[in-house]
Amino acid sequence: MSQNPIKVGIADMKTALSPYSIVTTGLGSCVGVCIWDAGTRIGGMVHVMLPESSLGTTSMNKAKYADTGINLLVEEILKIGGVKVRLTAKIAGGAQMFSFPGSNSVMRIGERNVEAVKLTLEQLRIKIIAEDTGGNFGRTIEFFTANGLLHVKTISRGEKVL
Amino acid sequence: MKDYSELTALQLDALKEISNIGAGNAATSLSQMVGRKIDMSVPKANIAPFNEITEIVGGADLEVAGGYLRVNGSMPMGILFLMPNEQVLNFMDLLFGNLTEGCLAWNEMQQSAYKEIVNILAGSYLNALSAFTNMKYEPSVPALAVDMAAAILGEVLQQIGEISDYALVIENIFIEKEKQIKGHFFLLPEPKTLESLLRSLGVL
Repeated sequence: MSQNPIKVGIADMKTALSPYSIVTTGLGSCVGVCIWDAGTRIGGMVHVMLPESSLGTTSMNKAKYADTGINLLVEEILKIGGVKVRLTAKIAGGAQMFSFPGSNSVMRIGERNVEAVKLTLEQLRIKIIAEDTGGNFGRTIEFFTANGLLHVKTISRGEKVL
Repeated sequence: MKDYSELTALQLDALKEISNIGAGNAATSLSQMVGRKIDMSVPKANIAPFNEITEIVGGADLEVAGGYLRVNGSMPMGILFLMPNEQVLNFMDLLFGNLTEGCLAWNEMQQSAYKEIVNILAGSYLNALSAFTNMKYEPSVPALAVDMAAAILGEVLQQIGEISDYALVIENIFIEKEKQIKGHFFLLPEPKTLESLLRSLGVL
């Protein structure tokens, strides 16, 4: 398993087959959503930047939003052979990097991203089996399609495996 | 203007020019504060997809100190001052003399000092912009985060993300030669601010 990980950028989405892993660097208030089919070991990750697609008017990039991004990821996984009922999700991110005194809802976008991700997954009947969200620190995550494990690295709070 | 990608070369040049004036003013303030000469780079104005912006500062996982403030009112935009963590120590040395800890271990006073520097940089930048464009700018107090560059930039870009897939990043680098300190100053105007800016410069 020495393959280079597949990179997912901000507002980006990728799928992969075992034994490849998928990585996204520096999730702040964005949320990394990893979906996996344990049977085929097909997995995918979307780096969600904003809660809802209705907020944006001109964007054509579905991967940017929780609702359209997760739907797109599931479609792609099913297209390459994943089975819907076997899909499970792990999520990480949704921090708040900056806190302003008397900050309004616009600044709590991490929290809103996590809420929107959970709602979309619930609508799709995909169970969240692990999550590491919130706080005020960045996370780099790597998702291994071979075993469905999600490695979460931080600068000051060590590393964990979900 | 629908998207930043529609900006012409002439418009980008005009933006670089005002950024040069703003940053010149900010560099003067900074150099008075630290009692040393502060140089600045030729400004850059980039229109880049979100993914590529983290590369500007030297990589998504680079540990940086970011001071961020919002400009509210009729000219909404974001201002971010980023400095690699390893250089922050040297920078704080200029201001306070010897410090031994990295910025994750900063005490409150040092954090306030860093925010104050960002405040002064942004204030003098905006003063110059204001004199030049005849517009009023209302900056918030700065907030500070010390973490991965992508995590910090991602949150700042979200403000623009609701409108665009690209960001216009106007960048100035401040350099103190002896201690090799480099700070990246980013101006991120929202689309309607950009229109007002371009109009006041006579290039829209």
